[in-house]
Amino acid sequence: MSGSSSQGSLHALADRWLPKLVLSPTLAASLIFVYGFIAWTGWLSFTESRLMPRYEWAGFVQYQALFENERWWTTAANLGIFGGLFILFCLLVGLLMAVLLDQKIRAEGALRTVYLYPMALSFVVTGTAWKWMLNPDMGLQKVVVDLGFTDFTFDWLVNPDMAIYTVVIAGVWQSSGFVMALFLAGLRGIDDSIIKAAQVDGASLPTIYRRILIPSLRPVFFSVLLILSHIAIKSFDLVMALTGGGPGNSSDVPAIFMYQFAFTRGQLGVGAASAMMMLITIVAVLVPLMYMETRSAKRV
Amino acid sequence: MKLKRLSAAVLAASLFPVAAQAADVEVLHWWTSGGEAKSVAELKKMMSAQGVTWKDFAVAGGGGDNAMTALKTRVVSGNPPTAAQIKGPAIQEWGAEGVLADIDAVARAGNWDKQLPPVVSRVMKYKGKYVAAPVNVHRVNWLWANPEAFKKAGATVPKTWPEFFAAADKLKKAGIQPIAHGGQPWQDATLFESVALGVGGADYYNKAFVKLDKATLAGPTTVKVFETLGKVKTYIDKGAAGRDWNLATAMVINGKAGMQFMGDWAKGEFTAAGKVPGKDFICTDAPGTQNAFTFNIDSLAMFQQKNPAAVQAQAKLAATVMSPAFQEVFNLNKGSIPARLDTPMAKFDDCAKKSSFDMNAASKSSKLVPSFAHKMAMPSATEGAMVDVISQFMNSSMTAQQATERLARAGAVR
Repeated sequence: MSGSSSQGSLHALADRWLPKLVLSPTLAASLIFVYGFIAWTGWLSFTESRLMPRYEWAGFVQYQALFENERWWTTAANLGIFGGLFILFCLLVGLLMAVLLDQKIRAEGALRTVYLYPMALSFVVTGTAWKWMLNPDMGLQKVVVDLGFTDFTFDWLVNPDMAIYTVVIAGVWQSSGFVMALFLAGLRGIDDSIIKAAQVDGASLPTIYRRILIPSLRPVFFSVLLILSHIAIKSFDLVMALTGGGPGNSSDVPAIFMYQFAFTRGQLGVGAASAMMMLITIVAVLVPLMYMETRSAKRV
Repeated sequence: MKLKRLSAAVLAASLFPVAAQAADVEVLHWWTSGGEAKSVAELKKMMSAQGVTWKDFAVAGGGGDNAMTALKTRVVSGNPPTAAQIKGPAIQEWGAEGVLADIDAVARAGNWDKQLPPVVSRVMKYKGKYVAAPVNVHRVNWLWANPEAFKKAGATVPKTWPEFFAAADKLKKAGIQPIAHGGQPWQDATLFESVALGVGGADYYNKAFVKLDKATLAGPTTVKVFETLGKVKTYIDKGAAGRDWNLATAMVINGKAGMQFMGDWAKGEFTAAGKVPGKDFICTDAPGTQNAFTFNIDSLAMFQQKNPAAVQAQAKLAATVMSPAFQEVFNLNKGSIPARLDTPMAKFDDCAKKSSFDMNAASKSSKLVPSFAHKMAMPSATEGAMVDVISQFMNSSMTAQQATERLARAGAVR
């Protein structure tokens, strides 16, 4: 056996095992800290856990308590309103800005930074800033009233029926720039020759966008939906900073519900059950999306 | 490699928690703001005078929620602190987990049973044994008023609900916001509680919110309470949503608003603004609650220690907390009153003196009741469900009848 061949087999061994070895700590960490804890939470949701975890099987009592809780249904309805409008407006505003920025305009870099900048803020900062702007006594309403329009009212923030929509406003402001960046990258990735061919065929610019460019952004739409829907479902800090879930519980969302029941009300079981419901919601949204995306990728 | 070393370090740290040194006490608390921090520093001084090292375990924020999360982690890992700031029925909940230490010997030596009102000592005991030591008593059913504003409106500080609404109308006419309030769930509950005590009386309060008697909760008195609360609601400005309590107090201080329902921690805001009780601001019982007293007591619950030296240090801590010297200096700084009935009150201001006097009187006439808005009266699950209903009522067009039904249902949540 010569030296070089033993070295070769060593290389082969390293080639085979090194990637696995390097990846194993991350894999172990995510197995334990993500899936392990999901399983733990799932188990807790079937126990009588109160202040501290207990492990005796108790069946579906916590889910029953959860579904009988009026506040839980308020949070679910709010999630529907917030999630739906947030995703819709982020997509519309983001796509519109991307298309407009795509027109080879001057100072595009500067404008792009302006729109992308809110992304650099944390949701807490966004929430606090919008809280001040939307406050009827010192924000937008006061400015307009001081300008002379004394009948002007904009009190959504303190109106229990409208408070959830202020969360949508702040959320869209924060995230639409990011969506724009994704769409812009997608638009730039499209081969120029397709556009030129369309132009030669005499298609107008709106038609090119409508029939060629936007349909070819399909994978980007999936990524954006994927990201936005999980931002919406887990949103906590934005609501906490902007409305605190109020007035009353009118702008409460599931994440706040989960936190309060699990950690401040000594109802770990109900909290765990609500966490599982959130997980199921995310899975229900993401699995079809990811399935569709992988299928379309295969087709290409 | 770095990751591995890090994870090894984390593993080592979690496997071998640094054991508390022999004569150490570690106290988990969230007394971190100005006056409160000063109060804790006094306790630290007194402990080190006895040769016990103080290990501070302050977790700020969230009204103690963050501290509770930290505490749970420590207890689950089998390394609880010597004592933690826990109050009310939560002491019973922790007692049921079997982790609290029996300090009955210290209590017997210090004759605690005699020095505490029975309603208070009951809160400090788990299954008849002392497991916690009270540090202060806050009175919740206060009404704070700005005499300047009342003079301008030609109104008098109210003692009953009809008087209250008459005064509120006058203030409104004079262009002064009658009630300063912050629309946060706990403030809504604080207001509700004072209204309930004022309208229903101490007996009703006890039956409904301490014994959680379903018939009482669903009864006509509760409807009346909600009707009164609904009327009070109309004197609150729209900007109240989400307002912090101290900003509401500031409205009373600068005369923008006439009155505020708030516990005696509001006094700290007045005195910090250089106002003198009785002259620049008035502290009086919430309408209809004369002689009654809703209490909110901070206490240190003691956790079981393995090390005998730590047990000894813990006993010293418990004895010190209940000593008249500590009770006096702590409460002078914090604005509350001592839990010990025999603490000299000479150095306290008029509001505190009134509070202490009223507590003694209320204790004798059994009108000393725990504040449920401040987690003193019922299990946290029930309290949370009730507060949900109250803040929903405050922020919607729910009728008093509907609110009563929902409150009765919330009272059954355990």
